[in-house]
Amino acid sequence: MIWLGWRQLRTQAATLYAAVAVCAVVAVITGSALPRSGPDVFDLLTPGDRRLYFTGVIVMALAPALVGAFLGAPMVARELESGTHGLAWNQSVTRTRWLATKLVLSAAAVAVAVGALSLAVTWWAAPLDGASSSTRGSLPGRLTPVSFAMRGLAPVGYAVFALLLGVAIGILLRRSVPAIAVTLAVFTFVQIAMPLWVRPHLLRPTTQLVSVSADTIAGIGFHNEDPVPTLEVQSPPGAWVLSDRTVDAAGRVVPVPSSFVECVPRPPRPDQPDGPGVVNIRERMDTCLSQLAAAGYRQRLVYQPAGRFWPLQWAETGVFLALSGLLAWFCFWRVRRL
Amino acid sequence: MSAREGAVVATHGLGKRYRRRWALTDCTLEIPAGHVTGLVGPNGAGKTTLLNLAAGMLTPTTGSIEVCGGRPASGAAQLARVGYVAQDTPTYSGLSVADHLRLGARLNPRWDAGLATRRIAALGLDPAQKAGRLSGGQRAQLALTMGLAKRPELLILDEPVASLDPLARREFLQGLMEAVAEDGFSVLLSSHLVADLERVADHLLVLVDSRVRVTGEVEDLLATHHRLSGPRRDPATLPADQHVVSASSTDVQSTFVVRTDQPILDPAWTVGRLTLEDVVLAYMSPGAEPRPALEMVR
Amino acid sequence: MIQFSLDGRSGVSPYLQLVQQVRQALRLGLLHEGDRLPTVKEVVADLAINPNTVSKAYRELELEGLVAARQGVGTFVTRSLAGSSLAAHEPLRRDLARWLAKARRAGLDEESIEALFTATFRATAEQDIA
Repeated sequence: MIWLGWRQLRTQAATLYAAVAVCAVVAVITGSALPRSGPDVFDLLTPGDRRLYFTGVIVMALAPALVGAFLGAPMVARELESGTHGLAWNQSVTRTRWLATKLVLSAAAVAVAVGALSLAVTWWAAPLDGASSSTRGSLPGRLTPVSFAMRGLAPVGYAVFALLLGVAIGILLRRSVPAIAVTLAVFTFVQIAMPLWVRPHLLRPTTQLVSVSADTIAGIGFHNEDPVPTLEVQSPPGAWVLSDRTVDAAGRVVPVPSSFVECVPRPPRPDQPDGPGVVNIRERMDTCLSQLAAAGYRQRLVYQPAGRFWPLQWAETGVFLALSGLLAWFCFWRVRRL
Repeated sequence: MSAREGAVVATHGLGKRYRRRWALTDCTLEIPAGHVTGLVGPNGAGKTTLLNLAAGMLTPTTGSIEVCGGRPASGAAQLARVGYVAQDTPTYSGLSVADHLRLGARLNPRWDAGLATRRIAALGLDPAQKAGRLSGGQRAQLALTMGLAKRPELLILDEPVASLDPLARREFLQGLMEAVAEDGFSVLLSSHLVADLERVADHLLVLVDSRVRVTGEVEDLLATHHRLSGPRRDPATLPADQHVVSASSTDVQSTFVVRTDQPILDPAWTVGRLTLEDVVLAYMSPGAEPRPALEMVR
Repeated sequence: MIQFSLDGRSGVSPYLQLVQQVRQALRLGLLHEGDRLPTVKEVVADLAINPNTVSKAYRELELEGLVAARQGVGTFVTRSLAGSSLAAHEPLRRDLARWLAKARRAGLDEESIEALFTATFRATAEQDIA
């Protein structure tokens, strides 16, 4: 059975590995030319480097989706629509063994391929993740939703899950093309849902009450026409901030009090050229912040610290492998009853 | 339920439902071992469903089925006992003829590689040819080769020749019959082409609405069914040993298809011979009187 | 060697057709004592017919004492049916020709002659059975 499983997989596997090899070669060539250390890596990056950085993010987001859609979805669906399952299931091999061989072979091939791809991209992006510059901006840290699932071990979990998702949907729909479309839709939803609703709760986040002062404040945000601003405090380096809310002395989440809103100086506007000077604003602001702190207001910062990267990677990979197991169980159950 | 000695397929109250539609209901039948059994019936009678159940491609919704003494597809050993050539004889279009034989060799403990290669050579198939580029007849022959080289106790074929031209059909059936002559395994095949079945089948089973309308040896069916035509007459007045299968009457004339072991003595009748197709049609026609299945055992 | 053929429209079972074809060949002197019949496999390959049918036909011929199977060699004709009856064919044919001429003179057309012949043939056959 391994022979048949491999015979049917080898073209797709070859394509997959060729694509991974191309990506790896590109990563090695461009990666060795990157500034790999130093305090101001960001300042040394060219626009091309930044484009490549985000290309890496997109490649890593697409790879599992493509695996699920073009390897997983047709795996059983194509047999069912062309009737070849009638041939395969009438050899002296049970359906369970037939499916198990197909799943194990393809999952192993996918895990190794996507693992290698992730290794290349993670190595390439290591100096760039979270690179910032005091003047020109920054790149997202590796714990942020932009790049977390595109680094380390997580892509392997995503890819195996996408594969099993494709197979299960293929078995359910019994048609390749609809199965490919549905797999892409469902997997994209999972990719979005994971950082929004699941990942923040995989590990209990750290909560910290920060008293606002000139040293801790990171910014004051005014949103459109809303007169009440939101405060942002500085977070530990590399942390993934989940929420940053103002709380009163009793610990309740509240909007910034109106006294602060009245106190805080408006930013200078072009139509008011004779407004207060920059130095004045800085002083006024310090006073407003200390008044706010004195009134018992704090910022409650909820975040995943940078050190959680690997624990979160393991947890998320574990979640996807567990889901893959459930999907595999469903596939076996369904194939026995077709 | 225990199968009667010598039954290669035995079903009891077998039923299969697809979502809300029943494809087969309360089907009880036995198919004798050592025969080539032809399965005929109108579309929707449940033939394909029955064959799929026997091959283990489907699981029954109700009732039970036993094939070669075991539950269909219940394990590798059971799968090895039963060969199945599905409708439209599916093959992997991307795999070559040789790949198919390799697949068979890897996946079947009793695979007869010599038989497979001999047959492929005799058919003049190029082993390197992709199955997707074979003609319908060649594809059917490849599927048959896979079924034969597996060396099953029972080979099930679902409308194997329906889509083939007459020459390919004849060649397919010749191949099948030669293999039966050599190995003597049991065969269960369904076909719309009763004329073909008359040659290749020695046992016949007519399935109408999931029910066995008639079953028996082809030769007995031919010898005991007659067409009587003569002056109009009530079928109830026929002798007790003449079972009316189908009856049609005009105001002056009656035509009956009857089954009887006795000679027809009434001089008023013109007695006509029936081909197997006539017999089958008589049982399948809407005018045929539904009555308990007639089992003909010599 | 005899070559079999099957008529699908005759209503005669394939097994009986094979038996009749051998008998016919024996009667007409096409097969002689010692001639070999085709093997079951040869007939099967030629006609795409069920091997059980061929075996059954051969067994029937064996029971009638017309052929004998020799293990591993084949089935051979042991008795001819032509012999004495072949000599009687000619006078019978002449009688029949005379009878046909008489029937035509009496005004019967071909169909009526055939119907009369068939009816009489069957009636006498049934008398024999009864």
